[in-house]
Amino acid sequence: MRHTLAVLVENNPGVLARVAGLIRRRGFNIDSLAVGPTNDPTISRMTIVVEGDDVVLEQVTKQLRKLIEVIKVSDLTTEEHVDRELVLIKVKADPAQRSQIIQLVDVFRAHIVDVGRETLIVEATGDEEKIRAIEEILRPFGIKEFVRTGKVAMLRGSKTTSVDGE
Amino acid sequence: MELKGGEILVKCLEELDVEVIFGYPGGAILPVYDALYDADIRHILTRHEQGAAHAADGYARATGRPGVCMATSGPGATNLVTGIANAYMDSVPVIAITGQVPRTMIGRDSFQEADITGITLPITKHNYLVRDVNDLARIVREAFHIATTGRPGPVLIDLPRDVAASKTEYRDPGPVKLRGYRPPVEGNPEDVARAARLIAEAQRPVIYAGGGVVNSGAHEELRALAEKIMAPVATTLMGIGGFPGDHPLSLGMLGMHGAKYANYAVMDSDLLIAVGVRFDDRVTGKLDAFAPEARVIHIDIDPAEIGKNVRVNVAIVGDVKHVLRQLLRCLDEYLIRPGTAWQEKIAAWKKEYPLTYSRDGQLKPQAVIQEIYRQTRDRPTRVATDVGQHQMWTAQYYLFSRPRSFISSGGLGTMGFGLPAAIGVQVGCPDELVVSISGDGSIQMNIQELCTAVNYELPVKVAIMNNGFLGMVRQWQELFYNRRYAYTELINPDFVKLAEAYGAEGLRVTREVEVAPALEQAFRSSKPVLIDFVVAREENVFPMVPPGEPIDKMLG
Repeated sequence: MRHTLAVLVENNPGVLARVAGLIRRRGFNIDSLAVGPTNDPTISRMTIVVEGDDVVLEQVTKQLRKLIEVIKVSDLTTEEHVDRELVLIKVKADPAQRSQIIQLVDVFRAHIVDVGRETLIVEATGDEEKIRAIEEILRPFGIKEFVRTGKVAMLRGSKTTSVDGE
Repeated sequence: MELKGGEILVKCLEELDVEVIFGYPGGAILPVYDALYDADIRHILTRHEQGAAHAADGYARATGRPGVCMATSGPGATNLVTGIANAYMDSVPVIAITGQVPRTMIGRDSFQEADITGITLPITKHNYLVRDVNDLARIVREAFHIATTGRPGPVLIDLPRDVAASKTEYRDPGPVKLRGYRPPVEGNPEDVARAARLIAEAQRPVIYAGGGVVNSGAHEELRALAEKIMAPVATTLMGIGGFPGDHPLSLGMLGMHGAKYANYAVMDSDLLIAVGVRFDDRVTGKLDAFAPEARVIHIDIDPAEIGKNVRVNVAIVGDVKHVLRQLLRCLDEYLIRPGTAWQEKIAAWKKEYPLTYSRDGQLKPQAVIQEIYRQTRDRPTRVATDVGQHQMWTAQYYLFSRPRSFISSGGLGTMGFGLPAAIGVQVGCPDELVVSISGDGSIQMNIQELCTAVNYELPVKVAIMNNGFLGMVRQWQELFYNRRYAYTELINPDFVKLAEAYGAEGLRVTREVEVAPALEQAFRSSKPVLIDFVVAREENVFPMVPPGEPIDKMLG
C-alpha cells in the first residue's frame, strides 16, 4: 500500500540529505518526495509517498522521528486529505491542432502557459488520476517533454499538520 | 569578552566537565589545539586517529561519561570513521570533533578536505558543520545533550579552520532547545500493567537483557526483578555485567556462542522479558524459530527497535531503569509464587550442558582466561577485548559481576578496538586494573597504541591469545568451508620484543604452568605489560549455532 507522509523538519542545510539517506539505507522505496519551506521560515515540510505494508511504514515513521531535525511525522493516508501534483507538458501543436488542444485543456481546468510555433506548454494541477488522464488525452498529439512535481498533501477540515496541531 | 572559535570550543568543553580529550593534531584543527594548550583538560596523543576514537569510546563505556576525540580534517577525520561507527552500533556517547578546511575552500577538493558530515551521516546520532562561530557554543551544548540522553550515540562536530579562528562575543547559549528531540523516560503505565499481568501468568519466564541495562544503570533494578519473579537472566554480549555472571539466576550469554542452557531456556520459555535489547541476528539465530512458545515483553528506549525484528506482545518505550522501577511497583500487586519446576529444569540443563573444553595438555585459551578471572575477581578490574575467538571465550569464561567492567565491540565487531579502548578505560579508571584480552590478529590492527600507554604511563595489561591464525575466521573455514584455510594463517612478529621496543614489558607463555606466575608478575607491575600466550592453534569456540539455524541447534 502507498502512504503519504507529511514530515515537518528544521529548515537547515543538509536536512534533505539526512531524510533521503535514511530512507535509502534502510531500504525503503520512495514514490515521490516534495519539499519546501512553510509559512514559518524555520520549518520545511516534506511530503513523502512511500510504498510498503504496515510494518515497513511503522519503521519508516519511527526511523524518521529519530532524526534530530525531524520535528513531526504524520501519516495522512488514513485520514481525509487532498493531494495535488503539478505537471508541465510540452505538447506538439501545429496551428491546425491548437484550438483542439486548448479545448481539451479547458475541460481539465488546466492552462496553456507558453505558445510556440509548433508547441504548447500545458500546466495542470490535480491528483494522480487527473494527471494521468490529461497525459492520456494529450499523448496522441505527441508529448515532447513532461515534468511533474512530487505530491503535496493536506488534511481536510480544521485539522492541521503543524508543530502544535494534530 | 571576545573569544576565538577554538577558545569558545575549549571553554564549552571545560564547562561540560570534559577532563580528557583523545586526539591527534593537524593543520585544520590547529586553532583548537592552540586554545587547548592553556586549558584545564588533559590531552592524550594517540598514535593513530582510530586509536583516539576507540579510546574515547572505551572511556565512555567504562565511566558512563561522554568520551571526546579530536582529529584534523581529511585523513584525520576519515581515520575516526571506524571508531564512530563502532560507537554508533553499540550506542556509546562519543563526541568527535574534526577540523575542516576554511569555509571558502569547502567543496573544492581542497588539500585534506573530506566531507566528514556526509560520510558520518549514517553512523552518527547527529552531526554538525559549524558555519558560524556564533552557533558554536549552542552546537557544543546540543551535541553533548544528544550524545548522552535517550539512546546514547556519537555526535560529530566539524569545525572549519576559519570559524575556529574567527572572533566573537561569547554568550552563554542557555538551555538546549530541540523541538524535534524528546527522548522518552517513563513507560506508559498501561503497558507496564499489561507486562506485569503477563509476568504474573508466566510459568517459564526468561529475562533477555542487553546493553540498555548497562547504559541506563539499571543493573540493580534488573536484579530485583529477576529475584522477585525467579526468572533466569541471559545477557547479550553488550549486556554482560548488567547482571552478575556468578548469580545463581545467571544463564550467561545467549545466542551464537551462548551457553547451551541459556539458549535452551530461551527456546523453551513461555515469556521472554527483553530488556534494552534489539533482537540482533547473533542472538536470535533463525528469526522465525526464535523462542517459539514465548510471549514477548520488549522494554527499550528507542521506539524504532520495537517490532523491528520480532513481533512483541507488550512494548514499553522508556528508559530501562525507570520502566523496571515502574514494573517492580506494579508487580507488588501480584502474589508471585514462582513454581520450582522451571528452576529445576534449568538446573538440570546447567548440569548436563556446562560450558566446557577439553584439556589435552596444550595451552588452552579458555584456561588462560579462567586464570585471569581467578586472579582479578576480587579486585576492581575492567576487561577490554578485541574481536574474535578470544572475545567469545572472555564472554563465556570470565564472570563479570559489575556493569561497565566488560568493554567490547559488539555490533560492529571491530578488530583493533581492544588496546585503544583499554587505554581510554585506564584513563577513566586510573585506580583499577585494566586488562586487554586480544588475539594475534586483532592486536596488530592498533598495536601502535602500546606507545601511547607507555607515553602516558597507563599500565594496561595486554593478554594476546596467540594461535597464529585469524582464529574465528579459521573456525568458520574449518566448519563450513572444508578446512580450506584461505589466508587466515598469520606470520607474526615477536610480540615480546615488540613490547620491549615500545618500552613496555613483554612476557611469553607457552605452557599452562607458566600462566599463573606470568599473570601475577604482570598484575604486580606498574608498567604496561604484554603477555604473548602461545595457545593451541586450532581450538574452537563452542557451543556454536551455525548461521541461519535456530539457537537450540548448537555444535560442540
